[in-house]
Amino acid sequence: MKSFSLFKKDWQSELRTRYAINALAMFILVTISVIMFSIGNEKISEYLTGGLLWVVIFFSAMSGLSRAFVSEEERGTTLTLHLMASPATIFSGKLIFNVLLVFLMNLVITFLFSLLFSSFIIKNILLFAIAFLLGNIGIAISSTIIAAIISKASSKGTLYPVLSFPILLPLILTLLELTKFAMDGNSIAGSSVEIFVLICYDVIMGTASFLLFDFIWKE
Amino acid sequence: MTDYTVELKNLIKYFGRRLIFDGINFALTSRNIYGVSGPNGSGKSTLVKIIADLISPTRGKVNHKFGDKIIEPEELHNYLGFVSPYLFLYDEFTAEENLIYSCNIRGVKYDKERADHLLSQLNIYDRKKDLVRGYSSGMKQRLKFIFALLHEPQLIILDEPTSNLDNPGKEIVYQIIAEESRRSLIVIASNEDSDLGLCTEVIELEKFKKQTNA
Repeated sequence: MKSFSLFKKDWQSELRTRYAINALAMFILVTISVIMFSIGNEKISEYLTGGLLWVVIFFSAMSGLSRAFVSEEERGTTLTLHLMASPATIFSGKLIFNVLLVFLMNLVITFLFSLLFSSFIIKNILLFAIAFLLGNIGIAISSTIIAAIISKASSKGTLYPVLSFPILLPLILTLLELTKFAMDGNSIAGSSVEIFVLICYDVIMGTASFLLFDFIWKE
Repeated sequence: MTDYTVELKNLIKYFGRRLIFDGINFALTSRNIYGVSGPNGSGKSTLVKIIADLISPTRGKVNHKFGDKIIEPEELHNYLGFVSPYLFLYDEFTAEENLIYSCNIRGVKYDKERADHLLSQLNIYDRKKDLVRGYSSGMKQRLKFIFALLHEPQLIILDEPTSNLDNPGKEIVYQIIAEESRRSLIVIASNEDSDLGLCTEVIELEKFKKQTNA
């Protein structure tokens, strides 16, 4: 309940300041436009659009999801949070916020891809939905803990993608594989290894993040 | 009435190789006002941050107890009220929204009557629906007091409590400190004589600077 109150505060704050939403919206629009201009009238393969989808998602996450902690640090309200809640509450509240933001962001990106790229055809929608769901949770967890780590650093902009790349790489590679399977129309049973990898990634990252956050949060 | 106690056990703090203070041993108890004084850079804010568990000492321990109950660091925020110049409330919210959110996140019920009483006492009741962005620094300082006191904390830490306040504001704050000291433990970090004049005991940090290098 306390975490949900913190999420509500963050969401209300986001609606008023538009720190993350504007950054994400602009990034998505610009990136997809650049891809479309560079492709022109060329036909691109299904697999390539699947790959491009996750590239756009990865970099969009880099541009917007760090705001959860960075905006608190920039406004000097980190101490205020310290005084109101335990580290576990703070991490859960920020995680709920990032999960919602990732889902909204990725729904918009996927919708735009299916609208603008004729070769982006998913044959097994359920398999793609499972990958999308587990992938978004993984991206949100990783982005939240990395945002907490970099929020106290002086070169936040550089550090965020540098730290995110090795942490998100196994997740993105598995998601690329599953998207390819979904485009080929493979069954869920045939993709169980990759789905299991995604579940393991989410559980490990979630547990490690909750355990580590106490140390990261305190100066 | 249950007493809140804070034990400072052999506290030592270094920033890099620079010693801030060494060997602070003190027991602080409810219904007392303790002062922390010392020249600039002597570690007043550092000491109160260590007491509030916002930073860790290099060595030593701080134990918090409410009656016989040992307060763990994860639950300290429920017992603590903190005012300082480096505390900022959310500019994009009104004063009232800031207070409501603080209660909700702390998991305590928003006591509108107490909030309105404190807002009136600190003369910002009429501006409670205004965004904090539009507040003067003095008004923000007054709001920080309400933020710190609304949940009726047992330990109140005030780092330079009268900074940015005019004389009437200081008088109100002194009155509030006197009222709260009847039930809470108060620690004031300041160099203002008028602030330290309220204290029952003053910790002079210069006495705890034994070395200059690690």
